[in-house]
Amino acid sequence: MLGIHQIYGRRRVQLNIILPLLCRYYYASRTDNMLSTNVKTLRKTRNTPSRPVTVARLYSSNKHNSKVPKVPTWEPLGEDRIPSLPQVSSDLVDKLERLALVDFRTKEGLVCLERAIRFADHLNMVDTTGVEPMDSVLEHGQLFLRGDTVTEGDCAEKLLPLSNTTVEEYFVAPPVGNKTSTSNRH
Amino acid sequence: VQPGKPSATSPRHWKSSDTSPTSPTRLVGVVGLEIHAQIQSNTKLFSGSKVGFSAPPNSLVSFFDASLPGTLPVLNRRCVEAAVMTALALNCTINKKSFFDRKHYFYADLPAGYQITQQRRAVAVDGQLAYSLLGGRKRNQIQSRTVRIKQIQLEQDSGKSLHDDQRSQTLIDLNRAGVGLMELVMEPDMSCGEQAAAAVRELQLVLQALGTCQGNMSEGQLRVDANVSVHRPGEELGVRTEVKNINSARFLSRAIDYEIQRQIEALGRGEAVLNETRTYDSKSGHTIPMRDKEGLQDYRFMPEPNLPPLVVYEDRGSVPAGLLGAEGVVVLEGLREGLPELPSVKRARLVRSYGLLPEHSFTLVNEDGLMEYFEAVVKETRKEPRKLIGWVTNELLGHLKHHNLSVSKCPVSPSALAELLELQEAGHISSTVAKQVLGEMWRDPGRRAPEVVREQDLGLVCDSSDLQRVCQRVLDSHPDLVRALQEGNKKVLNRLMGLVQKETKGRADPVLVRSLLEEKTS
Repeated sequence: MLGIHQIYGRRRVQLNIILPLLCRYYYASRTDNMLSTNVKTLRKTRNTPSRPVTVARLYSSNKHNSKVPKVPTWEPLGEDRIPSLPQVSSDLVDKLERLALVDFRTKEGLVCLERAIRFADHLNMVDTTGVEPMDSVLEHGQLFLRGDTVTEGDCAEKLLPLSNTTVEEYFVAPPVGNKTSTSNRH
Repeated sequence: VQPGKPSATSPRHWKSSDTSPTSPTRLVGVVGLEIHAQIQSNTKLFSGSKVGFSAPPNSLVSFFDASLPGTLPVLNRRCVEAAVMTALALNCTINKKSFFDRKHYFYADLPAGYQITQQRRAVAVDGQLAYSLLGGRKRNQIQSRTVRIKQIQLEQDSGKSLHDDQRSQTLIDLNRAGVGLMELVMEPDMSCGEQAAAAVRELQLVLQALGTCQGNMSEGQLRVDANVSVHRPGEELGVRTEVKNINSARFLSRAIDYEIQRQIEALGRGEAVLNETRTYDSKSGHTIPMRDKEGLQDYRFMPEPNLPPLVVYEDRGSVPAGLLGAEGVVVLEGLREGLPELPSVKRARLVRSYGLLPEHSFTLVNEDGLMEYFEAVVKETRKEPRKLIGWVTNELLGHLKHHNLSVSKCPVSPSALAELLELQEAGHISSTVAKQVLGEMWRDPGRRAPEVVREQDLGLVCDSSDLQRVCQRVLDSHPDLVRALQEGNKKVLNRLMGLVQKETKGRADPVLVRSLLEEKTS
């Protein structure tokens, strides 16, 4: 409710700002006077919210040019993309089950997998020549290095209660070192 | 010597009596090593918890090490410096920018389900390790070899799992989880176990000299896995197997040789060598396949999204202004200058300053503490180092090895040994007697050489008249030998000397005896 009121409030403020701007387009030479007029206008308006409103392009002489296109620029892909694996072999299903620790050997599971693969195949249509793959948004940064002093640890009493079973301050795991999908189900 | 043993490309392979170069149809072994060295630092690689041993279980574990949600890795500067120093010591090219990746696999002691490692771009690449073997029949010829280092990367260690088969469970201790490791990947430039063991020994010395790793294989600070295959020289490499669970350099050598032999025999029987992982059983000396490898593991490597690239700077000038002065920067120039004396430099120095032979300095540097012992003895005696070295590397080391002691536990102190050798040098005792006295001092530490000599009356008999009588006695009782000597057979003189020494219980001054005998028989 409050949000809607704020939106309406902002709209009214914007009108107060846009009108002088529009006037400026006609009276471009009188920038200084217009500026002072604009500022005054802002202060005087009763409906201005208490925090300052930052207005973009207040001093710009260009028409506001939004980058958001007015109509969608993409076309839905037809079925003539690069074909994916028509059939997922049972060995591959085995391997995937082991890696993901998820059982999906049912009919629905396999259909879901196939659809997922076809969906991901959309990416093959993108032309990436000359474009370096991105790792993360941090990739142009640099790793901070910390000094070699002990600052943490010694909290066994906090960590051990997190596990269901402990034996003499050790965590307990199933006997076979490698987890398999049959031994550990989520 | 077993007939099937590979002679390897070097004709001086120790097991082979075949001195001709390998004929084209013989199979030779190809060995590449993957070494994990635990970085010696106060804290772990990505968290601020302490690195220590024999601590109560799970007491050196932070929230990040236990991979609780919401924790992030923060790289330890000391680990980066350790990796870079090791790389500089091994002549590697340092990658100024390197990346971290995640290697996914499920194992109980890897709480996060992935290990942070460097797969795309490691900290350092393309280095080499120069090592030496003592070869030849008397094991006193130095063979120098090098092995190329493919890369050195930083990665995390996993925790420790204790298998409790009785109660059908595994107990997990995460104290070791997250400790920094340097993985050194070597190219397959070696061909037998002896070379691998020598390379590992040299690497241990380098790491210990740098202080980046204590290099103790039995304590798991240095873990070596061997990739072994066989092929005919000139042909492409054969299928390789990975041998794990090797706890010492000696086991490494044996495991590799066994595996090479096993593969050659298998191929000889027409069987194929499987690409598998085998574990070494030290009791039987065999490698045994590890169960359930289930085909090749897919590690699903992906870039670590929480860590930006690791940047290392060449010199202080290239560090951006904002970072200069902050401690979170690694500069190569400073590290290069600060590198301590490496083993190869040490050996060269010993050869230069004491006039030793290369094989002597090799032995001195190879044994922990022996070089310091040797230098202490040199300081306290007038004897020439060259003459001294034999005593240290043969006699002393022989005793140490026989009683399975390290130099630090040696019962004879450097000054005691120096005293003994002074006596010998001054001519008060002969060298045979000196060896005897050393044995006495070993058995009864604390007794000094002069005491022993006095007590057992082992001093050299230099009294001319005594010796004259003894010599005369010997000559009189062996007229046939005298005749042989006078006829020109010089070797008889040694026999006569031996007899005199027996009479005097080895206390006669050999030089004097020789001159007396010669005089009497001329």
